[in-house]
Amino acid sequence: MASTLWIGTRKGLFSLRPDARRRSWRLSGPQMLGHIIHHVVQDPREPRRLLLAAKTGHLGPTVYTSIDRGRHWLEAKTPPAFRKVAEGEKPRAVERVFWLTPGHPSEAGVWYAGSAPAGLFRSADHGVHWQPVAGFNDHPMNPKWAAGLSTPDGELLHSVRVDPRDARHLYLAISIGGVFESTDGGADWAPLNEGVAADFLPNPDVPYGHDPHCVILHPQQPDRLYQQNHCGSYRLDRPARRWVRIGEHMPKNIGDVGFPIVAHPRDPDTVWVFPMDGSKVWPRTAIDGKPAVYRSRNAGSSWRRLATGLPRTQAWFTVLRQAMCTDAAPRLGLYFGTTQGEVWASTDEGESWRCVARHLPEIYSLTHAS
Amino acid sequence: MITVRVPSPLRSYTAGAARVNASGGTVAELLGDLDRNHPGMRFRMIDEQERIRPHIRIFINQREVRALSEALSATDEVHLICALSGG
Repeated sequence: MASTLWIGTRKGLFSLRPDARRRSWRLSGPQMLGHIIHHVVQDPREPRRLLLAAKTGHLGPTVYTSIDRGRHWLEAKTPPAFRKVAEGEKPRAVERVFWLTPGHPSEAGVWYAGSAPAGLFRSADHGVHWQPVAGFNDHPMNPKWAAGLSTPDGELLHSVRVDPRDARHLYLAISIGGVFESTDGGADWAPLNEGVAADFLPNPDVPYGHDPHCVILHPQQPDRLYQQNHCGSYRLDRPARRWVRIGEHMPKNIGDVGFPIVAHPRDPDTVWVFPMDGSKVWPRTAIDGKPAVYRSRNAGSSWRRLATGLPRTQAWFTVLRQAMCTDAAPRLGLYFGTTQGEVWASTDEGESWRCVARHLPEIYSLTHAS
Repeated sequence: MITVRVPSPLRSYTAGAARVNASGGTVAELLGDLDRNHPGMRFRMIDEQERIRPHIRIFINQREVRALSEALSATDEVHLICALSGG
């Protein structure tokens, strides 16, 4: 099976292609050297198509599209942008396009993009022209949901998820703002944060204002959501509305803070996280300099440490929210890219790891393309 | 026509040219003309609220532009500057 890992970094785009046994990996690139690449995503409806979210240090944000599996890239003709405000309104401008999600299989050419500051955008022509989603960006509650509590990279709208059973059923997340749901194609939205801690707020018992780092929806069981939050790891089985803190079953000396959470594409009960240090001043590094992946086989009821092959000490990287993924092989591959420019691979579901690329720029995004 | 000096990050829009010609009675009109001839270039410099982006500077001759409504004459030279530091 043809397979590529696309690596979006702070300084350009790279790719890794394995041999048939995934023992040897060939690194290609950089493309777009010097561009800040936040996300690279294949269109599962038309696999030759890819979209890429980019900016440079100087220039404004944009999206690039490829129709030949990433060999060539063309810039969007109308990149994601907020509507021009009327006099007296607070102006919003996209600082970075942070997230890309393909639309529902029934909606060829539809894509969603999330930005910083938090904005939701939609394209109906494969990412060439983008329009703001007024139902979210201009929702009467939007100024409170997206109140401007920024992460170091801004107020990030991410984890746009489309229910594979219903094109009109959408989820999104804001760091910092919380998780939100729409059942009418984005015309209206409601918070979905019950049960999630927000211990950084003066009143932690709030309907929104949380800090989800990554939210996923299982493709085979779309009522199963997982969330890696600033304040722990959670699971939600719809139609329930109250998240369950599955991170409470992690070892206490590790905790349940991290950025990514990844599910097995064929097993909704199997999920992986990469814990980071959220103690004291929040170093956000591998805990004690000893990186490890944790896996649950039972939807978060128990966790197992997986660190064979990873550095045993003095390794202080972390893994960002878009930088951990699986492939689609029968013997599943699991991958993560680090803030120190390394790509690690496992072909035994995390039991053992090998470094397959190093010395790259800081990795923002690692995604698999078939 | 007004001479516009183009910094290297924007030359992907000008087929590599470091200097192009454009017309306009104001900076806004000049940027519009540039975008017609080099599509996409304007949005990388000017955001959707018509503000010059944080790491872009525009000079008319030796004077920095503060508003896109500033007037231009045919003898002016416009400098587009990319201003950023750090690793």
